[in-house]
Amino acid sequence: MTIHQAPDGSPGPADGAREEILRRIRQALGNPASTTPDPTAVPRTYLTTHVHHTPEQRTALLADNLTDYRAHVHHTDQAGLPATVARLLSEHGTRTAVVPPGVPAAWLSAATGVDVHHDTDADPLTPRQLDAVDTVVTGCALAIAETGTIVLDAAPDQGRRVLTLVPDHHVCVIDASGQVVDSLPQALPRLDPARPQTWISGPSATSDIELERVEGVHGPRTLDVILVTSPPPSG
Amino acid sequence: MSGTFVGLPSFPQAAAVSTQDTQLRANLRHATRTIRDKRATAIGELSDWPQLRAAGAAIKDHTLAHLDHYLRQLEAAVTAAGGTVHWAADADQANRIIADLIHATGETQVVKVKSMATQETGLNEALQAEGITAYETDLAELIVQLGDDRPSHILVPAIHRNRHQIRDIFTDQMAAWGRPAPEDLTDDPAALAEAARLHLREKFLTTKVAISGANFMVAETGTLVVLESEGNGRMCLTLPDTLISLVGIEKTIPTWQDLEVFLQTLPRSSTAERMNPYTTMWTGTTSHDGPQNFHLVLLDNGRTDTLADTTGREALRCIRCSACLNVCPVYERAGGHAYGTPYPGPIGAILTPQLQGTSTPLTASLPYASTLCGACYDVCPVAINIPQILVHLREQTAQGGTTTSRGTPATATPASGHAAMRAAMRAATWTLTHPRTLHQAQSLATKTRRLHPKNPPGPAAAWTNTRDLPPLPAHTFNHWWKHHHSTEGTPQP
Ligand code: SF4
Repeated sequence: MTIHQAPDGSPGPADGAREEILRRIRQALGNPASTTPDPTAVPRTYLTTHVHHTPEQRTALLADNLTDYRAHVHHTDQAGLPATVARLLSEHGTRTAVVPPGVPAAWLSAATGVDVHHDTDADPLTPRQLDAVDTVVTGCALAIAETGTIVLDAAPDQGRRVLTLVPDHHVCVIDASGQVVDSLPQALPRLDPARPQTWISGPSATSDIELERVEGVHGPRTLDVILVTSPPPSG
Repeated sequence: MSGTFVGLPSFPQAAAVSTQDTQLRANLRHATRTIRDKRATAIGELSDWPQLRAAGAAIKDHTLAHLDHYLRQLEAAVTAAGGTVHWAADADQANRIIADLIHATGETQVVKVKSMATQETGLNEALQAEGITAYETDLAELIVQLGDDRPSHILVPAIHRNRHQIRDIFTDQMAAWGRPAPEDLTDDPAALAEAARLHLREKFLTTKVAISGANFMVAETGTLVVLESEGNGRMCLTLPDTLISLVGIEKTIPTWQDLEVFLQTLPRSSTAERMNPYTTMWTGTTSHDGPQNFHLVLLDNGRTDTLADTTGREALRCIRCSACLNVCPVYERAGGHAYGTPYPGPIGAILTPQLQGTSTPLTASLPYASTLCGACYDVCPVAINIPQILVHLREQTAQGGTTTSRGTPATATPASGHAAMRAAMRAATWTLTHPRTLHQAQSLATKTRRLHPKNPPGPAAAWTNTRDLPPLPAHTFNHWWKHHHSTEGTPQP
């Protein structure tokens, strides 16, 4: 518990606010001593998935929903991944790229003429430096087919949240055989709430001006997703 | 500037002005109908929508019934994860805490994610009085701030502005706030968005303190969740050294699993998308990633008084999706400003009088800013029975009764000099003199009438028995007239 104190050490205006709010709640509920709640009382009769798919159908649904949100989806296999990454960087005119520490070197092994920065805790790029980087290449924690969502949880192949935020182009690699789930109820148990998370469904967008959709107000304006149909090469 | 909206005229007076604004009405009509239609499609994809809606309502009711427990659990989890929790009983306390936290950093500028809680407390103005400038970073909020204006919609706050007006606002005002607009700025939405991107990126890269709200707070884990589209939220939640989040206590949910309900219902109800482009979740602080100082300010400001009203407390389930605005025939005509608070439309009509009490002309008239057509109840993803609460609040403004004010039981006296009755009559007159609004309301209502409550429980029952809420006919009068008087003027069987 923290009771607010003014910086000079004198009692802050919110002293006692915690007790007062808790008192008001108990009074409002008419139970002076709070009972221990039983969360299982909530009815969970909704579905855990709306589709029953083969792995191929699930990947196809993910691709459709990502495309619907104007992400660019590419299919390849393990052997074709380095060439696909290289092609996307070249098509984007990428001269500088950043990768988090856990991205396998093989992913960028075919990219020529690209200056690749490795962002580590010991040697992190500043936001200003990241602003000058063209592309970020990452993996992901998982992807949700029904909603067309990629989840990043700051694991070593995804890195700090800022890496996928400041550069204008994000290339995200998904292992289609192991990282795609059907639905939100299937996704949450696989994620650790203690890790900071970024859920991405298509690139940044706004409809604030006469409801006309515009991509990329902030964050990457181009999202390239590579679905790898066999596990991506490691090392 | 967005503010606390004090001293505003009552709803009928404000509505009389805003319905003359043809720009506003055209934009609103386009917006509400576009979103309404898309939303129906997005929800149609989920065959278990009724079950998700019931679960959402049950989770929120369960949380409210044990709110003290879950707030203490939340506080412990946030603290264990490296955050600091503060409690604010009212707007002044919240603003004081936040101003002191900013002073302690030595900074005089902050970036903000769109947050209705900070509009509710008038934070920007309070900080300005302390020599701190708060920059809004949501595109629509930026338009509103640069235009020295107020937001008019929960989801699309600058819905009352068209592209030409936005171009002029950017050209005239951006330089005074930071990076100027490009010389040759056109009114193409992509060009306007690009101007905003450049203007704001400079702020994101240099500002050390950010202020946000949150859509959800998970008690079990201490996780805060923000849903957004543009990426300005991610910028504010990730780049600064210090993050201060002001969140209403009703935004608590018990478990990580509960997110599976609301992350399905909120985006589809709100922007009619399967999922919003960006969702950020953080739990306390993480070394080497994101803000290293995190402060959570828990806001009461009338919420516990609302909780004390066993009929009205349902309003605290609201997840601010704005679906009820988009179906409301009164909102479509009157616009958000007429409601005089950050919470417009049907939810504003029940939440504002409860948070602030019904003693001002504005808050006393808000429960009458409705035709009781029931369309809002029908779309609400947490099944808030808005018509029932409107009737309940009408009873309170007309007859008085027991209420709670700042945690103390109080007796609400009927608005003096029959102010409530006058407000009611003005509102009724306004609705009846806008026949198209009434017609739409009736059309919507007859489609949903099977879902309507017949007899509101509690004290409202006695009042409605004799006064209001007639059973809704199967057809509107207009429909009946057309049906029974065909071109030949012959009544049909
Ligand atoms: S009252 Fe219901 S429909 Fe309206 S904003 Fe709140 S959750 Fe959405």
